[in-house]
Amino acid sequence: MHPLITDNPGKKMLLLGNEAIVRGALEAGLAVAAAYPGTPSSEIGNNLFQLAGEPEARLYFEFSTNEKVAMEVAAAASAAGLRSLTCMKHVGMNVASDVLITLAYIGTKGGMVIVTADDPSMHSSQNEQDNRYYARLANLPMLEPAGPQEARDMTKAAFELSEELELPVIIRTTTRTSHVRGPVELGPLPVTKQTLGEFERTPGRWVPVPGVARVRHKVLLEQVEKAQKKAESSVFNRIGGSGKTGILASGVAACYVHDTIMELGCEERVSFLRLGFTYPQPRELLIEFLKSVDKVLVVEELEPFQEDTLKVLANEVKINIPILGKASGHFSRLYEFDPAMVKKAIADILGLETKGPKVPDLSRLPELPMRPPSLCQGCPHRETYNAVKGALDLLGYTPRTIYPTDIGCYTLGLLPPIQMADYLLCMGSSVGTSAGFSVATDQKIVSFIGDSTFFHSGISSLVNAVHNEHNFCLVVLDNSTTAMTGHQPNPGIKLSPPGYEKPRVPIEDVVKACGVKVVRKVNPYKKEATIEVFKEVLAEDRLSVVIAEAPCILYYKRVGGKG
Amino acid sequence: MMAFQRILFTGVGGQGTLLASRLLGETMMEEGFPVRVSEVHGMAQRGGVVESTVMLGGLEGPIISNGEADILVSFEPLETLRALPKCHEGTWIISNIIPIQPFTVRLGQSGYPDPGKWIAFIKQLFKNTVAFNAESLARQAGTTRAVNIVLLGALIGCGAIPVSPEHLKRNIKEKIKPKFVDANLKAFELGLAQVTK
Ligand code: SF4
Repeated sequence: MHPLITDNPGKKMLLLGNEAIVRGALEAGLAVAAAYPGTPSSEIGNNLFQLAGEPEARLYFEFSTNEKVAMEVAAAASAAGLRSLTCMKHVGMNVASDVLITLAYIGTKGGMVIVTADDPSMHSSQNEQDNRYYARLANLPMLEPAGPQEARDMTKAAFELSEELELPVIIRTTTRTSHVRGPVELGPLPVTKQTLGEFERTPGRWVPVPGVARVRHKVLLEQVEKAQKKAESSVFNRIGGSGKTGILASGVAACYVHDTIMELGCEERVSFLRLGFTYPQPRELLIEFLKSVDKVLVVEELEPFQEDTLKVLANEVKINIPILGKASGHFSRLYEFDPAMVKKAIADILGLETKGPKVPDLSRLPELPMRPPSLCQGCPHRETYNAVKGALDLLGYTPRTIYPTDIGCYTLGLLPPIQMADYLLCMGSSVGTSAGFSVATDQKIVSFIGDSTFFHSGISSLVNAVHNEHNFCLVVLDNSTTAMTGHQPNPGIKLSPPGYEKPRVPIEDVVKACGVKVVRKVNPYKKEATIEVFKEVLAEDRLSVVIAEAPCILYYKRVGGKG
Repeated sequence: MMAFQRILFTGVGGQGTLLASRLLGETMMEEGFPVRVSEVHGMAQRGGVVESTVMLGGLEGPIISNGEADILVSFEPLETLRALPKCHEGTWIISNIIPIQPFTVRLGQSGYPDPGKWIAFIKQLFKNTVAFNAESLARQAGTTRAVNIVLLGALIGCGAIPVSPEHLKRNIKEKIKPKFVDANLKAFELGLAQVTK
């Protein structure tokens, strides 16, 4: 049995933040979940995927083709009265945002939770956008756990809150809350739960034509006001100490503040407001807090989200005390925090000396070779890249070729010795940007996209390329899995995880149905034949798609080499 | 209450750093100590540097700042050097000495520092250094994949954290796939003996 459905109330397990979210959702009676994988959210989907295979979990889960679809699946399940969840990495929310904003208008029935996992410092991402702004943009309540126990508690509470307000609730984590383990005390799993919904047709509620949307927007604002009242008395917002120096923090930053206060032994001198219910902000609580201190340091990673709100509020109620944080230069808007940075800022405003640890002189250390991640030995992508390069060399195109790329292991083709990744925006951008380059230049264009990314958001751009007669060669690197995020299935896979029996959608069929005339399939390990194919299609001056089909070797080994 | 302790595990994707830190974390939790373990998932696991931390004594933050690691457990000598700025004078350094060449070195873009020379350098600066061939011990135990458990054994052997070897062995039995348990128990013992001998 999956460890997350062992019913052991009171028992402690050392769970990842992401696992704690899953446990909280199970305890709340989650019935339907859908997701597209993305670091640092992936373990949520992975665990739900495994759990859905066990009858005791009484759970439906799917890996959807992208975050928008996943959110739609979860939204409809909620409208039918079931408890539902979707999770994604921060940039996935951009994809799903079209759903999100209007979903806030029409609202939900069964409790619905949306997890967004941000990635400050961009450990595995192309940007470090601060998704807290989505809560404000969509007007949705948001909870931010600081550790695994809170991740479990908040997820469970989020379902209740969602049902009370008839709004989806956002749980926002960051890499350092998703990927941190800590003891989590388990609660009971529900004895019964609703797994079959019933949708009541109420067009005045669920179809936001302008007349309905105008009404629903008003309802939304009323609900947000109620949410704010909830935030005022939420157990997730709490003040410790009664000193005159105020510190406000949320997420993992609150952990660094907690550690600093303990280490400096300055409990008496500070009032520490840990904010967990972070949107809408608890107005009265913040005003009380502002009144009780003579300055405030706001400790939050990325944007000055709480800091700006606090300043507006202080101005409104005419409390004129220093509010320090990003604008004052105590913290940066860049990257995740380092605990020493937080310690220094707090020691500074308290006028305390911190004695650093005694460190030996390391100036004699040589410059160390870097160890960037790279494609595995024997990875099929390597072979495909080499074949493309070989063909381009033979045709004399190499110097002026552009390689738009996409998101997956193959993005590592950026690095030497391959160096065949020139332009990237987001999931699926290889196809659309190839179109742009083909209009703007007379250069040869060879772009790369993975199988999962192709299904995620490559198809509509490919139809566009056919219709608008764009000229490039798209290489679909079909390795039968979503490798980078931990080998999740996608609709095209030939190599299925054990027990996974779902109809296959072959990429070749899709490409042909999109109207592409030059479509070829290669096995990249057959070097000569692959080069020949690329030579042929690259010599043609029109849109072509080459599907390089060979399983990810890591995955192939893991599933026992059975195809 | 126990003192704050910050333990840094570092190695290369695929070496099993996460299993080692997790086993330690679970054992500490079962002993009733507050503990946080941070892990690296995602892109770095494709042959990049994989770090994890185990924080003891009620610390909530998962990251270790420069000079603040009390124990460094390193699976690879280049990564030991890279992690030295995290250490202070009294840091326990437990390090494997067998290199894994990064591809930047294989491509001739940079040179790999001479492990013998630099291990001697480390020993000079950090008196609590234990550096040895964990790979040969793991092989002796039955699988080179058990380098992580050899090093975990050495960590427990140095006596810096309040946990009994028996408890850890119990967890190895419970949490590692049955067919690898014997090799891993042996690896643990060999690592332990490396420090206590
Ligand atoms: S995980 Fe698979 S696809 Fe990714 S680099 Fe390794 S072999 Fe290639």
